[in-house]
Amino acid sequence: MDFSQALVDAVRAAVGVPAAAYALAAVGLNLQFGYTGLLNFGQVGFLLVGAYGTAITADHGLPLPLAFLVGVAAAVVLGLILGLPTLRLRAEYLAIVTISAAEILRLVVRSRPLEGFTGGAFGIREFADAFYNWNPIPSGEYGVGNVTFSDRTLWVMLVGWTLVALTSGLIFLLVRSPWGRVLRGIRDDENATRSFGKNVFAFKLQSLVLGGSIGALAGILLAVDAQFTNADYWQSIFTFFAFTVIIIGGVGRVIGPVVGSMLFWFLLQGADTLLQQALADSFFGSKLGPTEAGPIRFALVGLVLMLLMIFRPQGLFGSRAETLIEEP
Amino acid sequence: MGRWVRPRAGATRFVLVLALLVAPALLRTSTAAAQAEGPAITGRLVQNGKPVPGVKITVKRGRTPIGTTTSDATGIWRVPVGAGGTYQVTLDRKTIPKGFKLADADRTTLPSVVVQSEGDKFVLFPFGEAGPSGPSDFEELLNLAVGGIKFGLIVALAAVGLSLVFGTTGLINFAHGELVTFGALIAWYVNASGGDGPGAPLLFAGAVGVVAGGLLGGALDLGLWRPLRRRRTGTIALIVVSIGLALFLRHIYLVIFKGNPRSFEQFATQQPWTLGPLSILPKDAVIIVVSVAVLVTLGLLLQRTKLGTAVRAVTDDPDLAESSGVDVKRIILMVWIVSTALAGLGGVLLGTTEAVQWDMGLRILLVMFAAVILGGLGSSFGAIVGGLVIGVISEVSAFWFPTDYKVAFALLVLILVLLVRPQGILGVRERVG
Amino acid sequence: MTDVDGEALETSITAETGPAGVTEPILVAEHVRRSFGGLRATDVEHLDVPEGRIIALIGPNGAGKTTLFNVLTGFEHADAGRWTFQGQEIMGHPPHQIAREGMVRTFQLARALARMTVLDNMKLAAANQRGERFFVALVRPIWRAQERQVEARALELLEWLGLAPLRSDYAGTLSGGQRKLLELGRAVMAEPGLLMLDEPTSGVNPALTDTLLERIGALREQGVTVLFVEHDMDVVTRISDGVVCMAQGRVIAKGTPAEVVADPSVVNAYLGTHHGERA
Repeated sequence: MDFSQALVDAVRAAVGVPAAAYALAAVGLNLQFGYTGLLNFGQVGFLLVGAYGTAITADHGLPLPLAFLVGVAAAVVLGLILGLPTLRLRAEYLAIVTISAAEILRLVVRSRPLEGFTGGAFGIREFADAFYNWNPIPSGEYGVGNVTFSDRTLWVMLVGWTLVALTSGLIFLLVRSPWGRVLRGIRDDENATRSFGKNVFAFKLQSLVLGGSIGALAGILLAVDAQFTNADYWQSIFTFFAFTVIIIGGVGRVIGPVVGSMLFWFLLQGADTLLQQALADSFFGSKLGPTEAGPIRFALVGLVLMLLMIFRPQGLFGSRAETLIEEP
Repeated sequence: MGRWVRPRAGATRFVLVLALLVAPALLRTSTAAAQAEGPAITGRLVQNGKPVPGVKITVKRGRTPIGTTTSDATGIWRVPVGAGGTYQVTLDRKTIPKGFKLADADRTTLPSVVVQSEGDKFVLFPFGEAGPSGPSDFEELLNLAVGGIKFGLIVALAAVGLSLVFGTTGLINFAHGELVTFGALIAWYVNASGGDGPGAPLLFAGAVGVVAGGLLGGALDLGLWRPLRRRRTGTIALIVVSIGLALFLRHIYLVIFKGNPRSFEQFATQQPWTLGPLSILPKDAVIIVVSVAVLVTLGLLLQRTKLGTAVRAVTDDPDLAESSGVDVKRIILMVWIVSTALAGLGGVLLGTTEAVQWDMGLRILLVMFAAVILGGLGSSFGAIVGGLVIGVISEVSAFWFPTDYKVAFALLVLILVLLVRPQGILGVRERVG
Repeated sequence: MTDVDGEALETSITAETGPAGVTEPILVAEHVRRSFGGLRATDVEHLDVPEGRIIALIGPNGAGKTTLFNVLTGFEHADAGRWTFQGQEIMGHPPHQIAREGMVRTFQLARALARMTVLDNMKLAAANQRGERFFVALVRPIWRAQERQVEARALELLEWLGLAPLRSDYAGTLSGGQRKLLELGRAVMAEPGLLMLDEPTSGVNPALTDTLLERIGALREQGVTVLFVEHDMDVVTRISDGVVCMAQGRVIAKGTPAEVVADPSVVNAYLGTHHGERA
């Protein structure tokens, strides 16, 4: 077993673009769930409209910065459409509504009748050339030791993690303000918070829209990185990975989503490399080969999620007292 | 779940008889040819019993053309391909003679036809509905509705357990889809022959699947849910645990059974029965009968037996039931076992009409949620009503809208119900907001 | 005394007039009805609360007192009725708006915001905080000064309630009695004109009860009107200026404590649905 290779792969993954994107999605979700108590199971839908909003706009020849704005604006609109009728629902029902809405979006965007607009099942490709033209990094490979990245990937990583830092900073400012305090009040007891004169509905809507817009940034980042967006990528499992990320890092903590994402990707990739090696060596018997590494990893993610919720729901940095676990 | 309009069964019988008479002559020539030329792709184009001649069919592999042919006077066409592999078969619509029409006008290309290294591969381009002998709107709607009833009953059967578990424990189990898959996979394994499994007949294999499902449910309650309930874990945490469980189970299935869709050995292809305007496959009729029988039995059990009364008591008020002498823990365990057994049965039935694969339960999870929420979470009768309504709406929507949107409609109903009448048609719990 | 329309009212609850002479009642409710599945939970023909007084709302369990609170403050819908606060009609207003207008209620089961500190609980309740607006929140200098004022006031109130040493503790760790005090503190932070307390002393030990009652009395001196649900008749007679008794959703008696306690229909109501309370 080549642990050094696994380590290299794991470190690359922990700082790579997907980790940054998951961190962004988790920052948004943390605002909604960690601070406000909204069980948004449809976060991937915000990523989807961000990615498609940008891709479709850019594909029609409009300038890329405008396309980015359209992607974020689409998320704002989705948040309003979704939130206005549904935020009064209790947590479990909000979960079902949001997951259904995200799935409807995916099915619609994928459908044949809309193929001319969204690319149907084939998606949209090569719409972000301009982004790579802005890359100031000279061409070449950069990195430390065996952990290297091309200038192209490094550029996307730079932009991605900068976004993570900026949005985390934004959340940091907000949760320390009276606005953030109201969110935490809503998380604990909506009716008590109403009895102090706070318009609970308005605050929930703001949290949903802001969290969703940050999620849209994640979607845009992923789509730009792959120069491709396609409906089948934006499945509900993504939202659940984002939940795993924030639970690992610590629900309701600003640093949680960032550390959670890096650790998640570190472990996921490291496990993948090790598993691939073990399976290639028939470590688990001859019936399982390297192609099984992928599903085994995801099964482990499921197991880890369960164990986390049962034994350490506050994750790494959360406080047990503040975690949504036991009924009061 | 795609549906093409079926030609009337009378015409089908005529074609079958004709084929039986003509086949020996055809077989003689075609097998000889096959042996000489290697494998081929072939088909017969018919509409309502009438052959469709003169249609140009092209076979390609990637960008390389392999061969072209035209359907003959009996509608038969055949293109030798020389070797096994994956091919694209395209039908040239412009060569379709007047009076004939493809059943699905968009489906002129079959993008990945897998051919073995020996033998002919038969592919289908269905034709229909060109002349007055085509099925009427009423017939089409009727058959779609019956399809919807069948699908809805399967969903109801699979989902009633979801409702029962919610009613008695308050848990919305996001892993319920995986329990449906479990029954189907176990049944497939027991049914599979040729080295994959024991090769038992489907009836027996299905029963094993159902029993296995029940056992899994019991194990989950004893090993996972009961300890968590004892700790008074909150509902949100339980939901997240069920999501982790779903992820875990689903990918274990993927590892063990791999990703390719499979089907049961028996009842794979059948000829439909006709009762007037209605055209239904025998296995679909069986599904309907079995589902109704099981659901009615369940209903009677819940209403008429002591056990059923206890279950209803626990659903209404667990504390009150406890103090009235009901062993709530035992009742919950029984509910879990029955629920997952039913889910397993739903999976087995689903596997006769759709592919048996690792994520088949996940694919219908949201539809199951739609059914139980529409009917009212906690009410098993509601699950039946909800399932039927969702099934019919989503299947019948194909009459007006492209089939791409069938599931989306079901989900739209779900969202609307939660917004307008969250307790559903027959709801038990009132607090939704 | 006349009501807002100039029509003569029924005998008002208290025999005396208010501090400034004859005053309008701060709360007037008429024909308020609320039914649950055939059962009349609330059926109040007329209720008025004079300004600047402490009025106790008594009655056996199930009399509909909390339902009345919920309906008047917008937490539940009424089937019918008309009620005004400081002369304004407030039927149909959402609960947060009614609270902002000055009618603040507490809950029977103290809803401590368990995952927030005691101090945060108090600061949350303060009214008119600029920093609660989203865009303003991003610019700290705009709300920093007000936040300091809010914190100072919160600490002052916590001192007044005797909860100051607990200010950094999570509210979930407080005892039942301490939570009730916190409820009161939060409600006062919200700058109420009318304070509606739902069983403020239930579960509170006698020493803390004394503190509570003293604080409630002090509020009256500051011009706050108090309407509170209470089961303990000792408490009622100690601090209330007037008493309203409900049973089975209806008002069955009102007047001074002495009058109501002696009223035979009140005695019957309690004896009839006796739950171990002293009548």
